[in-house]
Amino acid sequence: MKKLESTITNMVLVLVGVALITGGILAYVNHVTEGPVKAQAEKALADGIKTVMGGGELTVTKTDTVKQNINGKEVVFVLHQTEDSRHNYLGAAVESTTGGFGGDVKVLVGFNAEGAVLGYTILQHAETPGLGAKADQWFQKGGKGDIIGKNPATDNLTVSKDGGSVDAITASTITSRAFLLAINQAYNAYKNMPADADSGATKHVEK
Amino acid sequence: MNYIKILFNGIVKENPTFVLLLGMCPTLATTTSGLNGMSMGLATMFVLICSNIVISLIKSITPDKVRIPVFIVVIASFVTILQMVMQAFVPEVYATLGLFIPLIVVNCIILGRAEAFACKNGPVASLFDGVGIGLGFTLGLTLLGSVRELLGAGSLFGAVLLPETCNMLLFVLPPGAFITLGYLIAIVNKFKKA
Amino acid sequence: MNKLIVSLSPHAHGNDSVERNMYGVIIALIPALLVSFWYFGLGSVVVCASSIAACVFFEWAITKYLMGKEPSITDGSAILTGLLLGFNLPSNLPVWIILIGALVAIGVGKMSFGGLGCNPFNPALVGRCFLLVSFPVQMTSWPVTGQLTKYLDAETAATPLSIMKHAIKSGDASVLDKLPDSMSLLLGNPGVNNGAGTIGEICALALLLGLAYMLWKKIITWHIPVSILATVFVFSGLLNVANPVYSNPVSVLFSGGLMLGAIFMATDYVTSPMTGKGQIIYGVSIGVLTVVIRNWGAYPEGMSFAILIMNAFTPLINTYVKPKRFGEVKKEAKK
Repeated sequence: MKKLESTITNMVLVLVGVALITGGILAYVNHVTEGPVKAQAEKALADGIKTVMGGGELTVTKTDTVKQNINGKEVVFVLHQTEDSRHNYLGAAVESTTGGFGGDVKVLVGFNAEGAVLGYTILQHAETPGLGAKADQWFQKGGKGDIIGKNPATDNLTVSKDGGSVDAITASTITSRAFLLAINQAYNAYKNMPADADSGATKHVEK
Repeated sequence: MNYIKILFNGIVKENPTFVLLLGMCPTLATTTSGLNGMSMGLATMFVLICSNIVISLIKSITPDKVRIPVFIVVIASFVTILQMVMQAFVPEVYATLGLFIPLIVVNCIILGRAEAFACKNGPVASLFDGVGIGLGFTLGLTLLGSVRELLGAGSLFGAVLLPETCNMLLFVLPPGAFITLGYLIAIVNKFKKA
Repeated sequence: MNKLIVSLSPHAHGNDSVERNMYGVIIALIPALLVSFWYFGLGSVVVCASSIAACVFFEWAITKYLMGKEPSITDGSAILTGLLLGFNLPSNLPVWIILIGALVAIGVGKMSFGGLGCNPFNPALVGRCFLLVSFPVQMTSWPVTGQLTKYLDAETAATPLSIMKHAIKSGDASVLDKLPDSMSLLLGNPGVNNGAGTIGEICALALLLGLAYMLWKKIITWHIPVSILATVFVFSGLLNVANPVYSNPVSVLFSGGLMLGAIFMATDYVTSPMTGKGQIIYGVSIGVLTVVIRNWGAYPEGMSFAILIMNAFTPLINTYVKPKRFGEVKKEAKK
């Protein structure tokens, strides 16, 4: 077959044609995958909330956002209020982000009604594999820097080098600091929840 | 045209990783483990095969002066489809490769094969070329990823082989990618000469 | 090649050779080596001996079997690389990690580029940085001085550099009170608080003795060490005046690998610029980079990274700062 001449009409026609066809195909694929993508994201969040709240049966009753002023910047925290199957208030899972060694560290941490840490999971990080990336195990129950069951208000949750009560990840003090800062910020956000939520909303003023 | 010859041309003689040194960005960035390398290779292979076939089919109705935009649109569409499908059905792989999937569009292997092969040959030959080059790329990335994973994390495709104390972290970090690639190319060249 | 013969005999031989310079540097390192035996005992002996033996072995094996050349281990360069590598390690490092370090230093840092004279980076530093990035836990736990019979089980402590870094991170200048005083940094008093560090960096005085010997024997010129040390002193002095969380410049000068790097590693012939002017550009840049990495980087010590970075710039410096050709006339004078 003879090659199409490079006349202006041909070029416009071909480009428009290709754009239309590919646009149509993409729209169709997007339509097909939209549902599963959304379901995956929701499932990941629901699984995360379940893990950090202690693993029992629970339902998310309400999702709040709390704005905090940290070092002159406004940071938004997302709080997922939860209760168990008998409608007892369990506490909240809080999403919190701080800057780590390799990039942002995004943590989902669960607090009970008293403010003690129930569990945590790291949603997103770019820390060094083998060093900072150990944070997903290090601070768990039985890990060397166990923070589960501790309360940020009474236990000083900073690394022992800074006078706190938590052992930093070996050779990864920066990541450990970032992680614990995320936990403490999440706690402050939790304590500053909107008043209608069930909590001992003590005003916590940032220095 | 001998199709088997086209196939092996991509795997051995014109291996994109070790001989042509094309597509270095995903090669160096995603090969922190054997599995990551293989996933990236397979994703690129899928796009390469599809774009090669489509481009060789539409080559006669594409005016020369607009062929590059047309090729890029075709490639970008396949990449977007791949991205959406991966996000929906294999979110774990998507989470590790996420950033590099859109970059397949600008991978010079794909446009290179479209220009050098698909727009001069028929769809069947282009299919074999896509499979060959794609396999060569996958092989290179899997090998590079496996070596880095073994030396840097002490495991192979997730199976732990060495205790954690003898992990050489450098190999899973960016400099390790350059060093490993350099020595793999040296070894490949040594064997090709012999 | 007959064209090159210019005059009648007799010709005086300068006695200058690769061997003479390499062994000269090794002699200059002996005071520091003896001091390290005194402070770290068994650990220092094991680490230095295994590092030297491994470097010489890998050099011999690679030249003989991989490159098919006559082994060149008698020129002393492999011994020097091994000694410098050992000096850059903590004295409780297991032998198998030292073997990897020696393989990387000789194999990757030197032989991959074609051997002595062809390597763009200082091989001992390539080995050290590889180990530092690969084994950060083992490479950053420093034994305290004075534990003469202990090797792998030696007790560890923070080095003066990590105390300085901590002061900057926490913004609390009182942390700096934990620093040893300048005199014990100079002499390396054992057991005095935080007398910890790599094998070679523990006593600044021994390293300065080595510098004096090398200057006297004309093995190196003053340009590189003086420009590095002066730059670090001035830069960290300015920071100290601006904000007291930055440590005083005297402690900065005597702590960490600064002396070792400035005197013995930045001055490596192969990887440093050729002219005096070039060497000063190189030295000042290393000094600035060291202070920047030490104060604001991720690692407490920046000396080795600074030297490697400037090694990469050496060909560029050599291109722009050329030695004046003998008999060359200024361009203006030609007309």
